[in-house]
Amino acid sequence: MPGEIVLTKNATEGINLVAYAMSNAATAGPEAERFRVGPGDEVVVTEMEHHANLVPWQQLCQRTGATLRWFGLTDDGRLDLAELDTLVNERTKVVAVTHQSNVLGTVPPVALIAERAHRVGAVVVVDGAQSVPHQPVDVATLGADFLAFSGHKMLGPTGIGVLWGRHELLEAMPPFITGGSMIEVVRMEGSTFLPPPQRFEAGVPMTAQAVGLGAACDYLSEIGMDRVREHEETLVGYALERLTEIPGVNLVGPGTTEARGGAVSFTVDGIHPHDVGQVLDELGVEVRVGHHCAWPICRRYGIPATTRATFYLYNTLADLDALADGVRQAQKFFGTA
Amino acid sequence: MYQEVILDHYRNPLHKGLREPFEGEAHHVNPTCGDEVTLRVHLEGEGQDARIADVSYDAMGCSISQASASVMSDLVIGRSVKEAMAVGDEFLALMQSRGRDAEPDEDVLEDAIAFAGVSKYPARIKCALLAWMAWKDATARALGEAT
Repeated sequence: MPGEIVLTKNATEGINLVAYAMSNAATAGPEAERFRVGPGDEVVVTEMEHHANLVPWQQLCQRTGATLRWFGLTDDGRLDLAELDTLVNERTKVVAVTHQSNVLGTVPPVALIAERAHRVGAVVVVDGAQSVPHQPVDVATLGADFLAFSGHKMLGPTGIGVLWGRHELLEAMPPFITGGSMIEVVRMEGSTFLPPPQRFEAGVPMTAQAVGLGAACDYLSEIGMDRVREHEETLVGYALERLTEIPGVNLVGPGTTEARGGAVSFTVDGIHPHDVGQVLDELGVEVRVGHHCAWPICRRYGIPATTRATFYLYNTLADLDALADGVRQAQKFFGTA
Repeated sequence: MYQEVILDHYRNPLHKGLREPFEGEAHHVNPTCGDEVTLRVHLEGEGQDARIADVSYDAMGCSISQASASVMSDLVIGRSVKEAMAVGDEFLALMQSRGRDAEPDEDVLEDAIAFAGVSKYPARIKCALLAWMAWKDATARALGEAT
């Protein structure tokens, strides 16, 4: 529907926009009633969230007195949904969940969680930063009320992202950032605001970045998101095969391509993830190391960090051979194999 | 980047383990990667002329951060605070050299010159500096200068 796309700086800002609009709802009109949270209310997240979909909700709870609850993880890197019906209950106001973990690669069953959330009247906020660039995403099938993503993870520029929201919700939601471009009438005594999306796009817009993101969307659409997903599934399958055949390599995340995207994290016995990454870097294989802005995942699995390979439409099977060979070289260098 | 000296210190770290007595302790983390160090300083005497009698630490992290803690403690133990701070400044300058125009003074830095290559990798500089920063902090606490 027109007016459902709000341009933001990135996915992080999109999620903060919703979280801050919810605390602003306390002093907004009656139309904002459903966004109000306070003591006794609950916000549900998961242990696999990127900090961008965790910290804003911790902060919302801190500002409003609401309680933060979360889904834990299974040993194989899936969401533990055993407590779904008790975790998401009549006190739940928001369920914030990722559509694909940026560390584990896991694609949680968002539709199943959203169905339960809607049955108790909660708002469903989906972090699509890792899914929108890598697979076809249909917000209606997903059951999302809000979905945020970033341009720079989908061949677009930095400094631009999207918050998609259901029109009736955006219509009722109070603004987060206020000022120019978002007002209807301003008097010294007070102001009224434009309808969405303008209400949420204060200040001079990032025009150049928006055009860049548009071009990236057209490019990906032309290739076809089905084909992007298919290509990545092939890469993930091969990466899992090549990495797990190396003694001393431990996967952090699901070991199959089922409900899984193109982020493959692992540790190597006896070698710190940063050292694995450094050896790979010197061989021209670019991976990321650390906790990947999802620190609770490392805590859950009792590891300081992981080495993570991620794939996109430009990667090839040969890249994965280079990755596996590089891991073996690191083992040789540090004398662990 | 991985000089043999670094790998030696990584495999057989010197002065590792937390010991008593100590006057100052600091816990530092590298928030981008989760590396941690808890470090204690035992001083004899007062002020900048105090002698560093012991530096003990417990650390978790990559080879660079672990080796750096080992090299640093070995360099500063036995010196006065003032002398050790000067060595620390020299090491900091080396880390900030971006791998260019660096002419590290081996007489001052000893084994620590092995870290020269690290300065080319911005993401790893913090790893090499982690223990040094914790030591400076713990020393300030020991001297009662911490804010």
